[in-house]
Amino acid sequence: MNCIIIDDEATARAIIGQLCSNIESLTVLEEFPNAMQAIKYLNQNTIDLIFLDIHMPDFTGFDFIETIKNPPKIILTTSDPNFAIQAFEYDCIVDYLVKPITPERFQKAIQKAETTVTKPKAHTATSDASIEKVESSSGNDLYVNIDRRLIKIDIPSVYLVEAKGDYIQIKTEDKNYTVHSTLKKIEEKLPDDLFLKIHRSYIINVDKIIDIEDNSVLIKKDVIPVSRSNRPELMKRLNLL
Amino acid sequence: MEQPNLSYINSMSGGDKAFEQKLISIIKGEFPEEKRVYYTNLKAKNYKLTADNVHKLKHKISILGLEKSYEIAVAFENNLLEGNTELQDQFESILKTITRYLQEL
Repeated sequence: MNCIIIDDEATARAIIGQLCSNIESLTVLEEFPNAMQAIKYLNQNTIDLIFLDIHMPDFTGFDFIETIKNPPKIILTTSDPNFAIQAFEYDCIVDYLVKPITPERFQKAIQKAETTVTKPKAHTATSDASIEKVESSSGNDLYVNIDRRLIKIDIPSVYLVEAKGDYIQIKTEDKNYTVHSTLKKIEEKLPDDLFLKIHRSYIINVDKIIDIEDNSVLIKKDVIPVSRSNRPELMKRLNLL
Repeated sequence: MEQPNLSYINSMSGGDKAFEQKLISIIKGEFPEEKRVYYTNLKAKNYKLTADNVHKLKHKISILGLEKSYEIAVAFENNLLEGNTELQDQFESILKTITRYLQEL
């Protein structure tokens, strides 16, 4: 198997490279200190396996997986065991190695990679590592990653999502959550029949509107501006007498 | 206090002395820079970035066989994400121990 190593830490790349060199069936083609360089490489090269660090500045391992189309098999390498649940949401991930990686555990991961047939998955160019929508048996839930914990939010209880720089604030009946993501990304995860973007910084739950006045909406205790371009769509959604 | 050792490096090198030296050299090059960035971010009270630095440093702590220190680093990283610097002194003592050890290698 031809593989590449993506890790911002030179020490980690050296260790994984050494572990690979002990396995005859593995050939390391390249090593990258960040995901962006690897993406450029993958645009022109086909490989069988990626050793991917999760915790990298600017562009995490999960951002990387969401970005590439038809990802090959991936073995995640991390110092943090808390990402395991999120990791196995992806079909392309065949194993999850916690650093420091032992030769025995590495060998097992390679065996898994050699025997696992991954299902090709349709990928969009943009999605979010911080937000995963999960269809659970109890209805629509949204899982958000806050401080490395996946926290479940009941989608119908969300009444407002507000963009705040690199973060979004999700307001629900009981609690507010600040998540590292964008309005565009969460918009893709919310059901269209319930939620509407009424301003470049706000998405509202239409069911929770109390009243509308000219260019603003009262929702709970928040007065939210409605942009001129979004107002026609909002008016269409109302059951006007 | 527990002392750094080369047990992990020896166990995964498969007796390849050239690799052991190469890895030690990489750690010697990378560790001071990671430590410098850690102190800079901590001084600026940028605890999220400081937690990222601790995250990276804790890999080296584990590579050097410091099991108890690793647990302190994990707890300190989590504390920093909540804006808490309670374990700072203990963590920095670990950094000093590693610094001395690497200088002697």
